[in-house]
Amino acid sequence: MQLIKDKKIIDDNWQSLADDAELAAGDISVSLSRWQQDKPRLLAHNGKLGIRITPADAVADFADDLDKIALVELDFPDFADGRLFSHAWLLRSRYGYQGEIRATGHYMPDQVFYLSRVGVNAFKPAKDEQLPVELGYLNDFTVNYQVSVN
Amino acid sequence: MYQYNEIDQTLVNERVAQFRRQTEKFLKGELTDDQFRALRLRNGLYVQTHAPMLRVAIPYGLLSSAQVRKLAHIARTYDKNYCHFTTRQNVQYNWPKLEQVPDILAELATVQMHAIQTSGNCMRNTTSDHLAGVCVDELEDPRPYCEIIRQWTTLHPEFDYLPRKFKIAVSGAAHDRAATQFHDIGVHLVKNDMGDIGFRILVGGGLGRTPIIGSVIRPFIEKKHLLSYLEAILRIYNLFGRRDNKYKARIKILVKETGLEKFTEMVEAEWQQIKDGMELSDERIEAIKGHFTLPDYAADAADDANFGQHLQDNPAFATWYKQNTAAHKMPGYRAVFLSLKAPDAPPGDTTDTQLDTVADLADQFSFGEVRVTHRQNLVFADVKQAGLFALWQQLVALNLATPNIGTATDMICCPGLDFCSLANASSIGIAKEINEALDDMDYLHDIGDVKINMSGCMNGCAHQSVGHIGILGVDKKGTEWYQLTLGGSSENEAAIGERLGPAVAKNEVTQAVATILAVYVKQRLEDESFLDMVKRVGITPFKEQVYATH
Repeated sequence: MQLIKDKKIIDDNWQSLADDAELAAGDISVSLSRWQQDKPRLLAHNGKLGIRITPADAVADFADDLDKIALVELDFPDFADGRLFSHAWLLRSRYGYQGEIRATGHYMPDQVFYLSRVGVNAFKPAKDEQLPVELGYLNDFTVNYQVSVN
Repeated sequence: MYQYNEIDQTLVNERVAQFRRQTEKFLKGELTDDQFRALRLRNGLYVQTHAPMLRVAIPYGLLSSAQVRKLAHIARTYDKNYCHFTTRQNVQYNWPKLEQVPDILAELATVQMHAIQTSGNCMRNTTSDHLAGVCVDELEDPRPYCEIIRQWTTLHPEFDYLPRKFKIAVSGAAHDRAATQFHDIGVHLVKNDMGDIGFRILVGGGLGRTPIIGSVIRPFIEKKHLLSYLEAILRIYNLFGRRDNKYKARIKILVKETGLEKFTEMVEAEWQQIKDGMELSDERIEAIKGHFTLPDYAADAADDANFGQHLQDNPAFATWYKQNTAAHKMPGYRAVFLSLKAPDAPPGDTTDTQLDTVADLADQFSFGEVRVTHRQNLVFADVKQAGLFALWQQLVALNLATPNIGTATDMICCPGLDFCSLANASSIGIAKEINEALDDMDYLHDIGDVKINMSGCMNGCAHQSVGHIGILGVDKKGTEWYQLTLGGSSENEAAIGERLGPAVAKNEVTQAVATILAVYVKQRLEDESFLDMVKRVGITPFKEQVYATH
């Protein structure tokens, strides 16, 4: 599987773990609730760690752990739920998070430009064939009116 | 008025290209209905009863004559030779073809226009006072701040998928002509105790199914903090507004359920964290103000000997002058209303030929600018007294001089069941009937300021809940019924109309309105307006008469 990161198509080495899945070797991401319940064991894991959030999660609830993680996955249940846009903005602008912020799930390819502006730097579409399409859409606009993350 | 620079132009051009691609992808089956719906709505495109409807943005209601000609051209080329001005000071086309919409948007871009964010759950067109910059009761021209807000809202990356639509209105005058108390955010230019001009910010007002008057969240904020304060409100709304029920998703419900005090605390806390990072500089404000300088007014405009004579010789001209023109801050100038409420025309509609001539007249009489009012009429804001008579003659020929501005036949009316897929009942036909019943101009002028607002469904596009007389179409087992309310107002003394009683049948609406007005004429005190009388006596005397025969 591949994804877009920093405007390049690269291999995806992360595994997104379900809440009931065993810890796997390598770099893994877990839901925020699993992170909160299982933190000591996860911190002992030999590999990079990521947190997967949904719109109803609050960034403030894991802001203290941002130095321990290398990935925040924004898991879109529905492209119309705009809360994840604010979560990305908060991660970058309020908490100074420098790691990867990745859009996954049911976001729309047509949203990648806005997502990139609020600080999302990685995109993982459901199908690899969408990768070049989304890469192109990142350039939909060359100008903008507001200050945001980018 | 504001002129695009290279950045503005690039942005709308790139938006057209993006929407062209989205339309092509949809037509090839590469976007789902749901996906394309969200994208087309953000470009003003609805799918209506008969055909798509395209809503074009008119930022704070201001148009150049070149833009008016383009609107006429689009009506002629892509539609059925007419278009409809709305209560958000926008314009709608009822018959465009989906596959031609990208071409229409490209045409609009050539005259610095677009349809960006005129629908969908995002920040909509910012509205303002149609007499901004020329009225006699203004603290400061609100239009530069409208333009600053327009730019900030346009393609805002964080707030394009809000819980629900979001509307901002700005007023700089003592008399609120922009219904700011019924907006998600209302912005008033005010002076504080130190004599500095800044903004009072209202939040959580709105019409629709649950009309609520906005609350003051900040009595005064410095100009430099305008955008940071708006951003703080929007971020709190985006994060915490309800998304589980579209009827409870507007910010007014969040404010109500959270409580104003707690909501204000949340916004203030957010604002404290961002305010220093996004100040508006004086230079930027001045640069935008530079787009709204005064036109080249003639110093001798008041020295016109013929004007008084025309008033004396032509009672029809005198009536029109009294009813359809407004005071202007420059001696010798008037603001002129072009009534889009002729008895035989659907409220707010204009034809391509009318628009072409309006553009020519604007060039000739009003420095090439036209404004749209939220009551769906047009305004020439800067007409020299010496030009009034000639202009009136031309407007009579165009059927745009019905002297009914601010009277009972100057109705706000939505397209209703005739066009709109949401509507439960028709509205245009009833408006026509009321207009015919009130065709005696002397009677109409005697009644004076009565605002009738009529919507074909609960969504309330025609603001029926703030009409002095509100009419709401409802569906009862497949037939059209109409709920009447009295005493609403969207102006300074904001009020939500009170229900008169049970809904009346379609063929009884006009009689009910006539009865309400007759009760007023009979029971008013000297010089008492309709609204004042309703406040004084309540709805009972009206109710008794309207339902007397039932």
